[in-house]
Amino acid sequence: MADTAIHGPVAGETEHGPHSHATSTGISNEKLAMWVFLGSDCLLFGALISTYLLLRHRSISGPVELRDPANIFDIPFTSVSSFVLLFSSLTMALAVGAIHRGDVRRCRVFLCTTALLGSVFIGGQVYEFTSFVREGLGYTTNILGSAFYTLTGFHGVHVSVGIMFLMAMFVMSLRGRLGPDRAETVEIFGLYWHFVDIVWILIFTIVYLIP
Amino acid sequence: MAIVERPTTLPELPPGAAVTPRPLGVFTRPQATTGWRSWLTTIDHKRIGVLYGGAAMFFFLLGGVEALVIRAQLAAPGQQLYSADLYNQLFTMHGVTMIFLVVIPLGAAFMNYVMPLQIGARDVAFPRLNAFSFWLFLGGGLFLNTSWFLGGGADGGWFAYAPNTGVVFSPGHGMDFYALGLQMTGIASLAGAINLVVTVLNMRAPGMTLMKMPVFTWMGLVTQLLLVFALPVISVALFLLTFDRLFDANFFNVSAGADPLLWEHLFWIFGHPEVYILILPAFGIVSEIIPVFSRKPIFGYPFMIFSGIAIGFMGWGVWAHHMFASGIGPISVAAFSLSTMFIAVPTGVKILNWMATMWGGKLRFTTPMLFAVGLVTMFTIGGLSGVTHAVAPADTQQTDTYYIVAHFHYVLFGGALMGFLGGMYFWWPKVFGFMLSDRIGKWHFWLILIGFNLTFGPMHILGLQGMPRRMHTYIADYGFEFWNMVATIGSFLIAVAMLVLVANILVSWRAHRRNPVNPGPDPWDARSLEWMVQSPVPPHNFDTVPTVSHLDEFWHRKYQENADGKVVRIATGAEVAQPGDGTGVHMPSPSYWPLVLAVALPTIAYGLIFNLGIAAAGGVLVILAGFGFGYEPSDDPEAHGPHGPSGDGHDDGDAHAGDGHEDEPASEGEADGGADAAGGEAEAVGVGSTASASDEPATEGRGGGDG
Repeated sequence: MADTAIHGPVAGETEHGPHSHATSTGISNEKLAMWVFLGSDCLLFGALISTYLLLRHRSISGPVELRDPANIFDIPFTSVSSFVLLFSSLTMALAVGAIHRGDVRRCRVFLCTTALLGSVFIGGQVYEFTSFVREGLGYTTNILGSAFYTLTGFHGVHVSVGIMFLMAMFVMSLRGRLGPDRAETVEIFGLYWHFVDIVWILIFTIVYLIP
Repeated sequence: MAIVERPTTLPELPPGAAVTPRPLGVFTRPQATTGWRSWLTTIDHKRIGVLYGGAAMFFFLLGGVEALVIRAQLAAPGQQLYSADLYNQLFTMHGVTMIFLVVIPLGAAFMNYVMPLQIGARDVAFPRLNAFSFWLFLGGGLFLNTSWFLGGGADGGWFAYAPNTGVVFSPGHGMDFYALGLQMTGIASLAGAINLVVTVLNMRAPGMTLMKMPVFTWMGLVTQLLLVFALPVISVALFLLTFDRLFDANFFNVSAGADPLLWEHLFWIFGHPEVYILILPAFGIVSEIIPVFSRKPIFGYPFMIFSGIAIGFMGWGVWAHHMFASGIGPISVAAFSLSTMFIAVPTGVKILNWMATMWGGKLRFTTPMLFAVGLVTMFTIGGLSGVTHAVAPADTQQTDTYYIVAHFHYVLFGGALMGFLGGMYFWWPKVFGFMLSDRIGKWHFWLILIGFNLTFGPMHILGLQGMPRRMHTYIADYGFEFWNMVATIGSFLIAVAMLVLVANILVSWRAHRRNPVNPGPDPWDARSLEWMVQSPVPPHNFDTVPTVSHLDEFWHRKYQENADGKVVRIATGAEVAQPGDGTGVHMPSPSYWPLVLAVALPTIAYGLIFNLGIAAAGGVLVILAGFGFGYEPSDDPEAHGPHGPSGDGHDDGDAHAGDGHEDEPASEGEADGGADAAGGEAEAVGVGSTASASDEPATEGRGGGDG
């Protein structure tokens, strides 16, 4: 816990404004709140991933061939969509860089690109889910189904929420309300977006790659 | 509440202000500062604290009545006052209500009210999010209790072990209400926790380093951090249970291969930190009360802080001691036995420090002090019986007996609740501007102390004799009759004691009405910053934010060493206190959105149980309210009045809209709920504004600078 020096006038300057813009840690409230929230979200995914790990090989009901995750996943397909999501982290970083340089137009383009890439990922997830269901693995078929859809579904919801944000910021940018003075807004959102990507790297490794 | 399209013309602004039309229609900004409407829209941390306290006492009444009904049934052997099924619902709802709707929110009440004052802030970091937390907590609590009228309450125990709480064994809607209701209070607590963590870390007065913060604020910080990390785990558990019950998932379906230990682990990984979430705020309160009434600084301040932090950390490593009887294997049992014994150490440090603070002090046994000492003694008893649980072989005997019930009531009632009642008497004059009668308060204390010990003391004996908990009756001739009767008498004595509290409030209030006597800013000769402002606290808290150079800053402004090294009074509290003149201080405007957002979530929950169409409507409402919340400027230009906005803020709300909507995921009920709004609020308080109007746009924009 960084207890950095208090900014602003300290000694005997009570009469004057205390630390006008500065916060005690030097990090803005919004950004600190996002960090704390992401810390909390780590535990959310931690619990979900643990649940999945505990349950994935325990299915004893439903069709036999659907009890083993290895029979179900289409790893090449998911690798492509994972790559798309990772690429969106790059465009997000470029958007943050652009707004910090004051390049509002480029920031807007990158925000839009990020939203598009995120949507492609979500589209891939929807396709993946429907094809699994067609193969017979529904949400209630067996334990694997419940655990898999819940874990990846929670991640998908996080990405979808992120896309809504991106769209909102894109619209704001179009209306000229996302100037360089709002750079931190983009940056804080970037934290969220990168976090969601990192979680996906974990999920992809744990759920799809490790047998 | 009418939705009014905002006119696109804004009132005149000083030159240079960025004037842009509002992107969305929003409510007209509420202006009232008195009357019931002002309470619905308030975002003042003090009012929200009072609301938390009031709501918690209302739920305390419900949970208390449930307890009395339980004790009436158990007063004599073989009674059949009501069915075993109803008994299950009563003890479940009693536990859930007392833990989630009484003790947690009482902690939230004190932390909301007192912590910003103790660190010298004007409000919390995100005032609207704070209001949202309260309303959602209230919504979740009421939602949970409406289950009584919609098919019966939850009946699976407060820890709701799945698969026992699955549809097969608990076919009514009670457990659905439990899972969804706690999900909502969890989201509320999470949003509140993020808010208060940021507040304490970021909005301290100049000079107040972490090691100069009052102990209560420290314990609040540890509590909030525990909440931040513990709540998502219970959220996941509750989601899994909800999906099992409502959508036929298989997480706890043993015939599909599920492991019943999954729920126990998830629940107790949350549940044990939760125990410290319940008790640490009370520890903090006592650490404020005892130094004041001993006229000594807290003994071993750093030890107090670090033992609190140690409890916070170690609290994560002891959860499986709740599961010794579940077959987790000898190595786990041994490891968790050891860690459980270790966690008694920092707790013991605290108890010794309180005693050392009192040692040699000039003790004044006022009502708050009595309650504080009550906590120290009663909690010690509960702590000692807790250590006996760490001994796994003994615990295996005691599991599911009344010995456990005795233990946790000693720590939660004798510990947490005693602390909160003491805090109530302690800060009452600060909050309401009049003292509670000390004479009646002492009656209250002694009645509750005797009633409490009569109720829960005998349960140790009953438990060791082998009386199982959660049984709705017992057979004569097992030797249970006498002590059960004593416990029932004791419980009604507690009820009488609480009536004495109500009487005290009424009597003191009427005396105050007849003959108003303001207790002044510092009725107890206290030590921390909240006593440096007038009673009741003015809306803006501090006229100017004080610069802090000591632990117990306020005390050091009243007392100093003279030439002989003797501590002498150099000023009275009233002289040091600020006059409460808020001219030029700029506070954020009230808002309807927190309430709207908080109404939307229970709508979803009812919909999930009864009609998915309603849930969908609730989801849409959440998204709309999330946008409204996010896009609402933190400030109403019309509310600025003469102080004038220095061009800041008018579009600040939108600035952060991007973050604001992170609320939306709440539609999927996720922990994000309020979590974020992180940016949504660029509120105008605290760090910024000062009395000097010439300040540059001081009020806003910690996030992104001003337009």
